[in-house]
Amino acid sequence: MLRQNWWKIVCVILLFYTLIAGFLGEVPAKPILNETIRNLYFHVAMWMAMMITFIISLVYSILYLRTNKSVYDIYALEYAKTGIVFGSLGVLTGSIWARWTWGAWWSNDPKQLGAIIALLIYLAYLVLRNSMTDLDKRARIGAVYNIFAFAMLFPTIWIIPRMVESLHPGGMGNPALDTRDIDSRMRAIFYPAAVPGWTLLGVWITTLRVRLAVLAEKAGS
Amino acid sequence: MSLAFAFYILALPQNFKAIRSNSPILTLFKKDLLLEVRQQYSFYGVLLYVASTIFVLYLAMGQPEAPVWKGLFWMMQLFVCVNAVAKSFLQEGRERLLYFYTIAGARDFILSKLLFNALLMLVMSLLSLGLFLLMLGDPTTGALWFVLISVLGGISLSLVFTFLAAIAARAQQSAALMAIMGFPLVIPQLLLLNKVSSIAFGELQGGLGGMIVLLAGLDAMIIVLTIILFPFLWKD
Repeated sequence: MLRQNWWKIVCVILLFYTLIAGFLGEVPAKPILNETIRNLYFHVAMWMAMMITFIISLVYSILYLRTNKSVYDIYALEYAKTGIVFGSLGVLTGSIWARWTWGAWWSNDPKQLGAIIALLIYLAYLVLRNSMTDLDKRARIGAVYNIFAFAMLFPTIWIIPRMVESLHPGGMGNPALDTRDIDSRMRAIFYPAAVPGWTLLGVWITTLRVRLAVLAEKAGS
Repeated sequence: MSLAFAFYILALPQNFKAIRSNSPILTLFKKDLLLEVRQQYSFYGVLLYVASTIFVLYLAMGQPEAPVWKGLFWMMQLFVCVNAVAKSFLQEGRERLLYFYTIAGARDFILSKLLFNALLMLVMSLLSLGLFLLMLGDPTTGALWFVLISVLGGISLSLVFTFLAAIAARAQQSAALMAIMGFPLVIPQLLLLNKVSSIAFGELQGGLGGMIVLLAGLDAMIIVLTIILFPFLWKD
């Protein structure tokens, strides 16, 4: 299925729809938020894409430990890298949004801190892998750490941000967004287009990188 | 009644067997403890490290305010833990680890290490707390609460670093790697501990009970993950 082209075309169409309808479509006029509410299509959707790629990476790490096939390790690594890219973009878009709503690029909000910690944990995954030269050992220890890193996402981005006070939309409940802020016009862009669009883009990037890595491995051996 | 008694008698050997089959953990734990008591290397080594660091802190800042005191205490615990727990795997040579693996099995081995390191960190936390109170003063309002929280914190940190020490021991460059992997991983725990310790400073706020439950849950998750994942680290 991943060799086929139709989902890449779908990805491009969805992202163009997200961009055009996201910038030109009608949005509810909210105090403070104003036009920045459009960030939902980018910031929140990219976080969702990050979570999905991290989950895929976790699945491949478990598959690697069960089967010892080195291609699963390449998949796990590349999906984790894509997740880190989306996470960084999520922090960046959130920071730009915070500049115009909270008045500062960075304000040590629990959700900002949780996001940074989660990214640091995943960056340590890359450093750990680079510290080993034995391919088999690197793959196995990397997979073990990757599973552990995913488990640490629960407290950092799913539990602690819900427990402490924060300025972020959604307040103490849902850490991502307040569903009362958005209306059906926004939902029609966010759920069917923005989230799958960015996720498919992540999968596309990853499959290209995996192909490259597999070819490089073949050329090396 | 007598039938139940007869069953009880009949079941006794099985019960003993069940206890015996647990014994590799206890034997390994006793071995670690005995080594520690005989060599007293890591204990006094870390104790000296703690005492000199706290003394430097005392010279540098005298007796600080409560938030600084609290922050310094948890940072101190972090470094104590890295030093104390890293030794637990480094002192075992590769051949000796293989030997343990053949006689005891990976799960027994890691459980005994978790247990020993938890005990070591418990003692270390209490000692460093004592030194903190002695040299940096006592800004707490409920010192007893803080004793309990620091015990919880010491054990929580020891669990994470035991797992990381196991990874680092397999990946050679141990000490540096442990710091790189460990510091991001323990930030959530340290933040929670720092929040929870406000109980002992008389700044009560909502949700602290939930955070203690979360810390305990985090510990349970780490133990379960360690038991599941550790055998994969040793399959060679």
